[in-house]
Amino acid sequence: MKSAPGLRSYAILYLVFLYGPILILPLFAFNNATVVSFPLSGFTTKWFSEMMADQALWRALRTSLQISLSTAVIATALGVMAARAAVRYRWPGKPGVMGLILLPLVLPEIIIAMSMLIVLIWLGAPQMWFTVILGHVLITLPFSVTIMTAAFQSIDVSFEEAALDLGETPISSFRLITLPLVMPGIISSFLISFTISIDEYIIANFLGGNDTALSVYIYGQFRFPAKVPMVLALGTCLVAMSILLLTIAEYFRRRGVARVGGKDSGGFL
Amino acid sequence: MANSIEAEKRAGWALVSPPFLYTLLALAVPFIVIVGLSFAGLEGGRARVPLAPGDAEKLYFTFENFARVLSEPIYRVVLLRSLIIAVCVTLATVLMAYPIAYFVSFYVAPSKKALWIFLITIPFWTSYIIRLALWRTILGYNGIFDNFVGIFGIEPMNLLSNGALAITITLSHAFAPFAVLPIFVALEKVDRSLLEAGQDLGETRWTTFLRVTLPLSMPGVMAAVLIVFIPVVGDYVTAKLMGGSTTPMIANLVEVEMLKKRDHAMGSAVAVTAMATVAVISILFVLLNRRFIGSKK
Repeated sequence: MKSAPGLRSYAILYLVFLYGPILILPLFAFNNATVVSFPLSGFTTKWFSEMMADQALWRALRTSLQISLSTAVIATALGVMAARAAVRYRWPGKPGVMGLILLPLVLPEIIIAMSMLIVLIWLGAPQMWFTVILGHVLITLPFSVTIMTAAFQSIDVSFEEAALDLGETPISSFRLITLPLVMPGIISSFLISFTISIDEYIIANFLGGNDTALSVYIYGQFRFPAKVPMVLALGTCLVAMSILLLTIAEYFRRRGVARVGGKDSGGFL
Repeated sequence: MANSIEAEKRAGWALVSPPFLYTLLALAVPFIVIVGLSFAGLEGGRARVPLAPGDAEKLYFTFENFARVLSEPIYRVVLLRSLIIAVCVTLATVLMAYPIAYFVSFYVAPSKKALWIFLITIPFWTSYIIRLALWRTILGYNGIFDNFVGIFGIEPMNLLSNGALAITITLSHAFAPFAVLPIFVALEKVDRSLLEAGQDLGETRWTTFLRVTLPLSMPGVMAAVLIVFIPVVGDYVTAKLMGGSTTPMIANLVEVEMLKKRDHAMGSAVAVTAMATVAVISILFVLLNRRFIGSKK
């Protein structure tokens, strides 16, 4: 490979810029001072103890898990349907329908949140964790569809045709042949939807009513400067979890690519 | 044969109808309600949901909400601020992203490319609220940035007090991966033999880049511009946390109209105006740069 020292040092600086703020997170989460500022004043785990003892935080986490797990299941199921229909079948109106399903990718979340809120108010429906799921499925569905489209596209149609020729029904051939082949995509879609949902703030805030999700709880702590180190401790845990889930998602995505003999061409998104 | 085509149509529609109906109900219907409200007036009051009993007859169709959005300075100033911040963030992210995309595409071994792209996208997937908390502590008075410049004897700058600047820095960091990916994809598609041909014909590396690589990667640059610009104009939470109450963006104004003033017609008009502005700017941008898309065979 050619070498370019200038570009390489720029690339490293760029990664420092990207990761700099995230690396500060554990540094001050273990720092024995309320004020987040250099010099560091000593090691402590008290912010983590404070976090573990916070009842409101645990309630928010439970609400968020409820929302995010449901969102991941529903979005992935709908994503499988849409991607399968788009890849496998020809039907009129496909570009329009798929365009509409992918549209939330480019719409500001505040517009999605506000327009749904107006309709909920109009219908007299309550705002609670369930209504947050409605919004989260909408914004995670495009990601699921994109991941599942790639997964279905990489399968050779002749596998399924062979199964049909050998006497399987369309449903059993889907279950026995197609589903195992796209399983890495399904896992990847599930984890991505979960990660987006648990981190999302705007929809959770406006559609959640009195059910406080984790991101909304964290936002509320910003009013109290003394709570900042505790928020950083919580952030350390959340970021560690996100990176773990993403690494698993990436592992399955690559295994899916490898399984069907494709060439790896970069990550999702 | 005609039968199997019919069967395929039916199967396709049956399969896509649950996600399609879901998007229709959760996205299209609320959107139509918002557009409808933005044209709504109410005799002796403001149009809002749910309508009070007997108010249905007092509703009328009007452009007055849009007239107010366009004539009252507050809406103009805030919309203009959102657009200027979005342009700055777009310029910063795309200019920073191009060299990194170029580096990964041309100088990283093919087996390591996926890893680099993965590394660049990871920060995007971490909690945005937590990243905002970090930027507040970095940019605030006597925060980490002030500690850093203090080494060089510079007085604390408290960048957080400059709302627009703090918003721009935070958003530029948040949207960095969005700009890298489309440019990287476009660079990957550049036929390497064209570059060799250019150099064989006496071009230097630099002129080959300017005359071959850069024009061929322009579709990626354009995608990066749109992918950053469009969501940044509609940003809500960065402006709220980094700009405080002094530097609202257009999305914050939508919230104020909708929830604080409970003027749903006005809130809808602001939202629709913002989206229409973004759509017009995006379409103009694509039209002006048409030659880059059409030039490929």
